[in-house]
Amino acid sequence: MKKVLQGNEAIARGAWEAGVTVAAAYPGTPSSEILQELSKYKEVITQWAPNEKVAVEVASGAAFTGARAMACMKHVGLNVASDPFMTLAYTGIKGGFVIVVADDPNVHSSQNEQDSRNWARFAKVPMLEPGDAAECKEFTKVAFDISEQFDTPVLLKGETRVSHSDSIVELEERKELKGPLGLDRKDAPKYVMVPGNVRVRRKVIEERMRNLEAYADTFSGNVMEINDPDVGVITAGAAYMYTKDVFPNYSYLKLGMVWPLPKTLIADFFKKVKKVIVVEELDPFLETEIRALGYKIFHGKDVIPNMYELSPEIVEKALSKKYRAPALRVAPEDLPKRPPNMCPGCSHRALFHSLKSLGAFVFGDIGCYTLAAAPPLQALHTCVCMGGSVGQAYGAGKALGKEGLGKICAVLGDSTFLHGGIAPVMDTVYNKGYATSIILDNRTTGMTGLQEHAGTGYTLGGEPANMVDYEKLVKALGVKRVRKVDPYNVKATMETIKEEMETDEASVIITKNGPCMLHRREKRKFRYPYYTIDTEACRGCKVCLDLGCPAISWVGLSGTTKDGKKRKGTVSINKTQCPGCGLCAQVCKFTSILPGKAGA
Amino acid sequence: MDDKVTNILLSGVGGQGAILASNILAHVFVEAGYDVKKSEVHGMAQRGGDVTTHFRYGKKVYSPLIKYGEVDFLLAFELLEALRYINHCKTSARIVINDQKILPPAVNLGQATYPGDIPETFRKFFKENVYVVKGQEIALSLGNAQAANVVLVGAFSNFFPEIKDAMWVSALKDLLPKKLHELNIKAFGEGKKGL
Repeated sequence: MKKVLQGNEAIARGAWEAGVTVAAAYPGTPSSEILQELSKYKEVITQWAPNEKVAVEVASGAAFTGARAMACMKHVGLNVASDPFMTLAYTGIKGGFVIVVADDPNVHSSQNEQDSRNWARFAKVPMLEPGDAAECKEFTKVAFDISEQFDTPVLLKGETRVSHSDSIVELEERKELKGPLGLDRKDAPKYVMVPGNVRVRRKVIEERMRNLEAYADTFSGNVMEINDPDVGVITAGAAYMYTKDVFPNYSYLKLGMVWPLPKTLIADFFKKVKKVIVVEELDPFLETEIRALGYKIFHGKDVIPNMYELSPEIVEKALSKKYRAPALRVAPEDLPKRPPNMCPGCSHRALFHSLKSLGAFVFGDIGCYTLAAAPPLQALHTCVCMGGSVGQAYGAGKALGKEGLGKICAVLGDSTFLHGGIAPVMDTVYNKGYATSIILDNRTTGMTGLQEHAGTGYTLGGEPANMVDYEKLVKALGVKRVRKVDPYNVKATMETIKEEMETDEASVIITKNGPCMLHRREKRKFRYPYYTIDTEACRGCKVCLDLGCPAISWVGLSGTTKDGKKRKGTVSINKTQCPGCGLCAQVCKFTSILPGKAGA
Repeated sequence: MDDKVTNILLSGVGGQGAILASNILAHVFVEAGYDVKKSEVHGMAQRGGDVTTHFRYGKKVYSPLIKYGEVDFLLAFELLEALRYINHCKTSARIVINDQKILPPAVNLGQATYPGDIPETFRKFFKENVYVVKGQEIALSLGNAQAANVVLVGAFSNFFPEIKDAMWVSALKDLLPKKLHELNIKAFGEGKKGL
């Protein structure tokens, strides 16, 4: 049966068909859908882990019993999981173990742009790179076979234009595993990575890589197409799709396995074509390795960009002098941009308004609230990595001493706190820092599309589960000053934050009453259905506009208020967008924003 | 079937249902025996940002992205989001625009102005190949503004006379929950009349 699937759905399907029984992940664009899709297959135990390191540990533990297991993450997730990952290359596995890592070239939704192929070479494990959904499914299945045949973790590389592209996939049936599961104490030397055992396994890795190199020459996903013998392109994944689209007559060596490289196949390709061009996204990974084998490459990163994503026109422009860009009809830079924004009514907007009013330097983190860095709020001043805000705020306080009191805080979401924020809170208390950490508890993992986590009280499959009590947790870490604020009460929130930032002691503030506006289970209700502008009273001061709420807009019509004040314009509130949070009414100095009546 | 690949660019604002529209297209063109590819960026788009979907069909499709300047059909769910892709279209392109404005932040703040007569700008370059559909209005008359995306798909279906209405309707039924079938089949029909 044929079906159009997204790359991520196809990976989930491939894992199911391959007989996977345990899968774990932490959501991250563009990888989040894999586990959500996989959770629909009842034969697979799927779970959201608190972070990618735990996901890899969970899945590898399952693989140690002989089960087939998978962990999924975005590119930066593998940085977090790199500790178990690098050593699992030594232990090997028992049941097939695949790590899906999805890159984000052009940084559509990430904090950096990194090329995950480097992890394969670094850890000495094989990596497969599919180019469309059909290959996503096929390569996922092959990855499990390779993993078991060579006793190694296997990386499967996704990326935005593969993970989030749909194409036709042929569906097949699931194959259940034959062998019995179990753990054997006699395997300890293979799994206990103490120096004596490591040195033994070190040799095994080198031997395994040699065997994998030989296998790469026979791997059916490494495909040679000889057309025009003058020009041959070595490429992989999405880059192949773009290049083939604009240069259908060139010869190709499309690598489905990007590490290790098929040396015989490459030698053969160089014999068959006159000039070899390497087209790859991001780093000159293939190019460097092929050059190191002693080959002369006609074009590579000298013309193909080493940053952002490729596209058919970028490849054509780089390789063809004949390329002419179409004439501009409208200058794109003249059009107003439409960046993502926090939703109308979002509790983060209210909280960041308070922080901005206090003039705080805000160490930020990864989530929807990172959008507070954008104008007009501009109330978040750093964003580095998951959970990074707390340690940075603490460190900045150490450097600034008393000078920093009252000026610094850390802000991170509930899911982000559980991912990487617990250890630095503990550190702040232990090492006598004074950072105030604000946990924005919106009851979900918002930015990636509302996934459950250990603090929401539900599992990925929707079953009720234990719910982390943040207050008890941070108290157990030693935090004595734990406060709760309702961000929609601006005055009280500001007072609490000010007090905690000025106190020379670690503190944690937890927001309450702030579930995500898109939350399906915890539907937010405000006292009034919406707010409206008293256009007779509005002086057009624009204070409410500084909140950056999508429901409020400027109407540039000069006039006079009812008490005779001249104004350049007024604002208007879009009733269908406004959920009635009332934040704008609290900041209005002229009482011109009033509750609307239901049904009016 | 010849080797030609047809390129459809769908553009709009997060939440307008452009993704459902592209799923309907994928369903229909696969049924009709074509290879298809489509690509979109998810993630932050949910928060009111601009959303585009590249959709391509033909005998064999490689790239999931449409080459710049090669769009055959622009199906835009919002006026400004149509204009943003005017340079991506072939001179022979056909343009279907939903007559709806959603103000971007800079316009809300009074720091930028929403571009003037957008359909007119398109007509300057694409003449009679510009179609403005009152998607929102038609959907509201059926009782649900959310169905504007399917109204647009209905209008758009006029360009593919070889594809029978039954195939579009079967796509709607496969992709939507049962309680929304009647509304969306009506929306499709009204859209089809609306071009």
